[in-house]
Amino acid sequence: MMNTVDETQTSAWSGFKKGQWQTEIDIRDFIEKNFVPYDGDESFLEGPTDATTTLNDKLTDLKMKQRKVGVLDADTKVVSTITSHGPGYLDKDLEKIVGLQTDKPLKRSLMPQGGIRMAVDALETNGYKIDPEVEYFYSKVQKTHNEGVFDAYDADIRHARHNKILTGLPDAYGRGRIVADFPRIALYGIDRLIAGKQEDLDLTGDGEMTSDVIEQREHISDQIKALKDMKEMAKSYGCDISKPATNAQEAIQWLYFGYLAAIKTQNGAAMSIGRIDTFVDIFIARDLERGVLNEKEAQELVDQFTMKLRMVFFMRTPEYNSLFTGDPIWATLSLAGTGLDGRHHVTKTAYRFLNTLHNMGAAPEPNITLLWSDNLPTPFKRYASSVSIESSTIQYENDDLMKRQWGTDYYGIACCVSAQPVDSGVQFFGARANLAKTVLYALNEGRDELTGQQVGPELKKMSSEYIDYDEFMGKLDKMMDWLADVYVNALNIIHYMHDKYYYESAQLALKNTKLDYTFATGLSGLSVAADSISAIKYGHVKAIRNEDGLTVGFKADKDYPRYGNNDDRADEIVVWLVKQMYQKMNTHHLYKDAQLSTSALTITSNVVYGKNTGATPNGRELGEPFAPGANPAYGADISGALASLLSVAKIPYKYATDGISNTFAVTPTTLGKVEDEQEDTLVNMIDGYMKNSGHHINVNVFKRETLIDAQKHPEQYPTLTIRVSGYCVYFADLTKEQQDDVISRTFHTSM
Amino acid sequence: MSTETKTRIRKTRKRNPRLRPLPMRDGQVEGYVHSIETFGAVDGPGIRFVAFMQGCNMRCKFCHNPDTWKKNVGDKMTSDEVLNQALSYKDFWGDKGGITLSGGEILLQIEFATELFTKCHKLGISTCLDTCGQPFTRREPWFSQFNKLLDVTDIVLLDIKHINSAEHRKLTGYPNENILDLARYLSDIGKPMWVRQVLIPTITDNPKFLTETSDFVKTLHNVEKFEVLPYHTMGVHKYAEMGVKYRLDGIEPPSDEHVARAQRLLHCADYQGYRDWQPGDSTLEKPVS
Repeated sequence: MMNTVDETQTSAWSGFKKGQWQTEIDIRDFIEKNFVPYDGDESFLEGPTDATTTLNDKLTDLKMKQRKVGVLDADTKVVSTITSHGPGYLDKDLEKIVGLQTDKPLKRSLMPQGGIRMAVDALETNGYKIDPEVEYFYSKVQKTHNEGVFDAYDADIRHARHNKILTGLPDAYGRGRIVADFPRIALYGIDRLIAGKQEDLDLTGDGEMTSDVIEQREHISDQIKALKDMKEMAKSYGCDISKPATNAQEAIQWLYFGYLAAIKTQNGAAMSIGRIDTFVDIFIARDLERGVLNEKEAQELVDQFTMKLRMVFFMRTPEYNSLFTGDPIWATLSLAGTGLDGRHHVTKTAYRFLNTLHNMGAAPEPNITLLWSDNLPTPFKRYASSVSIESSTIQYENDDLMKRQWGTDYYGIACCVSAQPVDSGVQFFGARANLAKTVLYALNEGRDELTGQQVGPELKKMSSEYIDYDEFMGKLDKMMDWLADVYVNALNIIHYMHDKYYYESAQLALKNTKLDYTFATGLSGLSVAADSISAIKYGHVKAIRNEDGLTVGFKADKDYPRYGNNDDRADEIVVWLVKQMYQKMNTHHLYKDAQLSTSALTITSNVVYGKNTGATPNGRELGEPFAPGANPAYGADISGALASLLSVAKIPYKYATDGISNTFAVTPTTLGKVEDEQEDTLVNMIDGYMKNSGHHINVNVFKRETLIDAQKHPEQYPTLTIRVSGYCVYFADLTKEQQDDVISRTFHTSM
Repeated sequence: MSTETKTRIRKTRKRNPRLRPLPMRDGQVEGYVHSIETFGAVDGPGIRFVAFMQGCNMRCKFCHNPDTWKKNVGDKMTSDEVLNQALSYKDFWGDKGGITLSGGEILLQIEFATELFTKCHKLGISTCLDTCGQPFTRREPWFSQFNKLLDVTDIVLLDIKHINSAEHRKLTGYPNENILDLARYLSDIGKPMWVRQVLIPTITDNPKFLTETSDFVKTLHNVEKFEVLPYHTMGVHKYAEMGVKYRLDGIEPPSDEHVARAQRLLHCADYQGYRDWQPGDSTLEKPVS
């Protein structure tokens, strides 16, 4: 088919600079040709309109009610699809950007395709009862992803899962972590996208129907159906998205319909909105120039769109919540960054998105991720720092590092911290394996230190009460081999079944047909494992065992180096662990020939992992939380904040392309005495971290006393928001244990 | 050398124990380091690598680091060792940050400071001296050594514990005449300085004294910043650990309003960088503005 530019497109695109994007679907090219970098400061920004404030008050009110009861309303009968619900509004007359997950604000949808048990339990634990016909259908008639996975799991995987050396696997819910290229709807309209997919379908396979060709053809057909459904859903809101958006309001609305289709069909572990700031800015700039929009109205569009991202919730079980607390959905929004040509991508719209935190108060979603580069203009760096100091809601990621690794400047952050090319990348989410437990398995003949079950390979007993380093390392190596095997096997099954039973047709309809896959894995308990190995190597450690011979405690005779002090002796152990695990997993066949990646990223699950792990050789007691992500163990980093940052920065990103998450807390007075100094310090701190190849940092600026007070008087801090590993959460939504965990973390202070 | 000269030197040395030679290693002076802070954002301009040196003569009642008092203990480090450690953090310094030497009292290890800062200047690293000024004297040979140090020092942070010498002695064990003289000297030679007044309720917060402090600081021409350091009790636990009686029990840290009041009395807000003055003009000859 020849792609010619038709008349509707000509008028919708008038004023834009021409380029290949007109004949090929290529958002990056459109952005490159049309965006204008902004070097100025924040002085142009406007406050909220009355409509925004009224809507925001309504939403806050609903959220506070929801906090009391858990879930405000839930579907028990209607299974969510792109078109399952009629239109829903917060206040129809005031909303500039429309569209809800269901027909009512904060009403949770029913998505049993990931697993019917999970759907039933989630409803029941929140006081709802699933419709018996739905339960029957997904139990007896239509197989779910979860059932498929368990049909294929072997005993080894089931044991590892049961004993919690593998946890949080996406085997009963959506794997998420797909950043769809939502702007495609706005720039091209659905009809053009359907035509493109139809062309891809026609070109799939050489006529011989092998299983991979059949699967691909089926998937493209599903994508085309999803695109048609999006059109229908938009129509119910009175919008015709078959053609390109003609102004900024439509552009934002069109791309939001794409996002809405995604969250109506997938309860993924992360439902990112992607990287849309420069794209949206081009439309806003055109409207401003045409005189059909003013700054106040532009801000209103950005505010109200952002408000929609703050309204997304999924039905979750208590087990899920204990891993990922505060109802996160990771509507991750990537801002700024730089281009391959060296120009920075800061636009006024990046400022406008940050300004939503002023206009509507702090909130956990969207998960604002600032793509940081040395080349970002100073006024923007300072503004972002000021927002961080005020609200602790921004995470920073190293754009220079990611651009180099992924070879593109059009990548977005999926989920918490993981980069992904927006047009052609997909990440298969892989939860995480517990390395601290692996250390214990090596010391306990492959038995679980808590259940006593033989989970890993049965190794010989350690020869003496004092742990011999070489003997231990030999056993650890075998245990890591086993862990790599069982982990990759589990994930291969999960992704096969996910594609089969819970395919993400809506999101993948908005990406290239030919995709590059990343096979994500994750490591938890990294610092605990590293310090434990260091203790065994340098500290002359004795194991204390119970009558069954299982370790219950450890005693180090000597002091030993700990990860987090910029001391190579300990830091190289962390690097070794990451690289070893990567290499061991990489020897395996990976589903769809995906590229292996790993991460040091725990989200809030560090608390649960710790709870399920016995005492470790680094002196950590049974049940004590792990440090989050790649953070040094609690209390281990005693050489100051920068030493801690440099230790984390030593982990090579090339192995952990799924992300190296560092959660940093600092008191305002440590950053400086006055605001100006504080901003300056934060900018220099982030610059320094990134220059040393640090990948990610969550910046929290508050006093420990504030958190202690907020724990006692939650009513006085309803929207106190903090950053945990990879996302943001209302402090009041954390469990007591997690609050204690956050309070007991290292706060960088100076006297 | 005549007996008389010998005696004079001995006397001087007695008064200035810091001239007792510091240990040497690898051809460098060794310093006694109490601790390192890699992320100092309130110890001079920008983000700074701060080495807290061991040893102080003063025994300030409010001191939150009594563990730095003792001399000739701590980690022995050469200037190269400190410098190399600091250099791993240079990416965080931006265009303002650098290295700060603090204490304890850094001027008790003046040769070490001079050697380190000389090396810093060769590498273009900003140097900051955080001192209480107690060892300052215009006597030789100390004074020449101090001038050598100032040549490679970009900025001095000077604490004023109390403006009144008798009160100063009560609070710290030493009078303050030479400390105020140091401030004047630094003003005369035009060395950029941040002045800090420690604010301790009932002890240094008397408006009369604060006004006197303000009047004094006004006569200086090199003050870029004038800060109030509110008294805090975060170091009190160290006294119990050391078996030393804490003498300010019962005194609470000042409230924010209390600090703001002191800042007003001291006119802290007036100090924003250099004033209209050229190095070489004398402080003492300038009329009090």
